Amino acid sequence: MATRFDEIMARRGEIMRKALGMDYGEFELSPIAFDYEGMMAAGGYTLDEIVAIQSKAGVGNTPLLELRNLTDLVRSVSAPGMGARIFVKDEAANLAGAFKDRRASVSIHVAKAKGYAGVIAATSGNYGAAVASQAARNSLKCIIVQETYDSRKVGQPEIMEKGRICESYGAEVLQLTVGPELFFHMVELLDQTGYFAASLYSSFGVSGIETLGLEIAREMTELTGAPPTHVVVTHAGGGNTTGTARGLKRAGATSTQIVSASVDLSGLHMASDDDFNRKSFTTGHTGFGVPFATWPDRADVPRNAARPLRYMDRYLTVTQGETFYVTEAMAKLEGLERGPAGNTAMTAAVSLARELPRDGTVVVQETEYTGAGKHHWSQLNFAKQMGVEVRAGDPAGNQPGKVIVIPERLDQVRAKDFDLARMRQSYIRNALKNAPQGYEPTAEDVAFLAADTNSDAAAVEQTLAALREA
Amino acid sequence: MTDEVRAREGDWVEVERTLLDPADRSKNLPPETAEKPLRMWVKGFALGAAALGEEVTIETMTGRQVTGVLSTINPGYFITYGNPVPELTAVGRDLRAQLAAWRLSEGGDV
Repeated sequence: MATRFDEIMARRGEIMRKALGMDYGEFELSPIAFDYEGMMAAGGYTLDEIVAIQSKAGVGNTPLLELRNLTDLVRSVSAPGMGARIFVKDEAANLAGAFKDRRASVSIHVAKAKGYAGVIAATSGNYGAAVASQAARNSLKCIIVQETYDSRKVGQPEIMEKGRICESYGAEVLQLTVGPELFFHMVELLDQTGYFAASLYSSFGVSGIETLGLEIAREMTELTGAPPTHVVVTHAGGGNTTGTARGLKRAGATSTQIVSASVDLSGLHMASDDDFNRKSFTTGHTGFGVPFATWPDRADVPRNAARPLRYMDRYLTVTQGETFYVTEAMAKLEGLERGPAGNTAMTAAVSLARELPRDGTVVVQETEYTGAGKHHWSQLNFAKQMGVEVRAGDPAGNQPGKVIVIPERLDQVRAKDFDLARMRQSYIRNALKNAPQGYEPTAEDVAFLAADTNSDAAAVEQTLAALREA
Repeated sequence: MTDEVRAREGDWVEVERTLLDPADRSKNLPPETAEKPLRMWVKGFALGAAALGEEVTIETMTGRQVTGVLSTINPGYFITYGNPVPELTAVGRDLRAQLAAWRLSEGGDV
């Protein structure tokens, strides 16, 4: 017998089409390929128009700060002549405290322009606060659906804080126990209310992040005479990497290396009731970073605008303990008390800057607000309550969900390279798996897969041949 | 949160609902999740009087009516920074000292 779950999921396409005000079918080219740039342009706003929308919304033009103390400390542990300059874009200065305001401001503008009465977003992250804040300014109703609690109604302090701030901005917050069916409930609510789906992964949201890349290219050129050599991006669902990289390219910063970074949560299951409160990070981690890069279209829209493999030059992972350590260091050395998840890229940047010459320039492209709940002390005290061991030592001993090791020295912060070639192969395998059985990719599909993985036709053909053999 | 066990009409409260019983849940869940129902909590204004554990209908901030079991009256937020974390307390002191020593060795200003 069909359950309520099955009934809603069967009507998902029709409900989402109405809730997004856009037919993704127009961009489909084959069971594998679609017109990505056509979809990104369908919103109908130029980059200048997006800048104007955000300016009115209290979003963007955040300070770009050079971190001289951190740079010198990195140089103190680097080989002679090494240690790139480190900069940060203080995105916590946005209206609701994170770069997510850039996404939300465009989505909410679209919802208002199209005449929707309200908006719905499924998020346990800063995006909820951003949507709720922008909805309040635009007199739109707002529902945020959060994965909040384990089955004992215990929630990570970070998510509890995010629920609080959404309610502070007047949103209705639905707090659910662990499970991917949260998406089913969101679709059900969209059907009931007729509200706009303020998806994290729509072209509107992701194009809102392009202004961040644009600002970084311009401001670094003013400050140093050139765009940065490297931009480090905290990576989860892929929007941050995608939007920032697109903005940099549009500003002409085509030689800037895009380095994505996530906290390593390997070994923890994202849908596990037992692991849920042992992660110590709710975003910016590999539990989102890897699956969303290797199959973006798992998102709540038919085609995800966030396609990070298109833009990533390197993918670095850092440990939980390293990120808490760098978060503490940022407050004490640079006067920047910011949230740990947003400092994931900062942690990777400390490691990356050591490998680069002194004339290299590394921009960490975000920070996020902190406070009770989101603060790194809250996270660590909660981890201890959940039975996770916290100790000082060599971060190589960090085991997600079991042991958090806080480094004792800055030189112990060493990011690890994640194998991008393996991720590209995994993406191609997923693309085939999601096409009808026995479907043979055409030349157009190969070209699409090459673009979507930032590789070339020969590499794609090689992977396809290996998959056929397997 | 109040010590009250009865909500009056118009009080700001939280209710609980079960969205999916274990049998209706997604098939791709680890066992520790699959065996539990998917539950939800939401806050709003009580549309009638009820005691904790009783069913009540609320009107949420968006004006929706949701019926569920009354779980909390005047639900609060109890997140905190907690105690300083001993593994982090010396980080600032040590890094500032390291920075000062390095700048001296480079012949610059501290």
